[in-house]
Amino acid sequence: MNPQLVHYLVLSAVLFSIGFAGAVTRRNAIVVLIGIELMLNAANLNFIAFWRFGAHPEALTGVMFVLFSIAIAAAEAAVGLALIIAIHRQRHTTQVDQMDSLKG
Amino acid sequence: MSNPRPATIVMLNEIAFYLTAALVLIFAIAAMTLPRLVHCAVCAAGAFASLALIYLELDAEFVAFAQLLVYVGAIAILIVFAILLTNLQEADPQVRRASRSWVVGVAVAAILLAALGLPIITTPLLQRAAPAATAAPVRDIGEKLMTTYVLPLEMIGVLLTSALLGAVVIAMREEPEVKTKVTRPTTPALERQEELTPR
Repeated sequence: MNPQLVHYLVLSAVLFSIGFAGAVTRRNAIVVLIGIELMLNAANLNFIAFWRFGAHPEALTGVMFVLFSIAIAAAEAAVGLALIIAIHRQRHTTQVDQMDSLKG
Repeated sequence: MSNPRPATIVMLNEIAFYLTAALVLIFAIAAMTLPRLVHCAVCAAGAFASLALIYLELDAEFVAFAQLLVYVGAIAILIVFAILLTNLQEADPQVRRASRSWVVGVAVAAILLAALGLPIITTPLLQRAAPAATAAPVRDIGEKLMTTYVLPLEMIGVLLTSALLGAVVIAMREEPEVKTKVTRPTTPALERQEELTPR
């Protein structure tokens, strides 16, 4: 049988969980950002799968949402990496557990 | 599918799905677990590229190529540049790469996976066949972007411009503070040289 909607949704859920685990556990801020990007990609995969298997694929809603989401992800990655570079310049670290100056 | 397709094509579709899904997951796990940052970045690029293959299987060609261009072409390169700019001295694998409470994080992720996966697998709502293949031609996408979605498109333009400017401003060297920080270690040596040279 052809891959069904369930297959894509399960793949997306597993990908989201992998990205979440990495974003929560890794110490390096850049790897945390990669994990966030993986989670964003899992959400995009959900949009595309629901668009493809939905009742009105000709409306192109899922495709449009993913295109805008990719553009926003690009902006987010640029700003996030600039923040990491700025923090590295100030604090000489990219480990997220050493960025604790707001800790009470 | 409305028209019956040969069994071999259906089987090939299935094999292609499982191959690309395995690629995505292997690259994603590698990107989250490898110790060297550059390996993480390369594996993330691999995961993004194999997701583009999945989009191709789902008949979303334009999204697949946008994914390749933006994620593999731009975001992965940005990540590599950030690694080059920040982690020259921290690149050794001896540095502990996971936080101390990583077990809790993985457990929460597993709970999340169960909470997402169990409803997906058990629900009867998703048991439906795909509608007949409907291509999403670039012409239609362009027309939608220029008519229905023209306001979001303009806002994306504003967002990207401001994000670009913001990234440059944030990452730009702040002259007075950084100069003192950068030159402080070298000043004793310079002073010593200045002391030495006249004599």
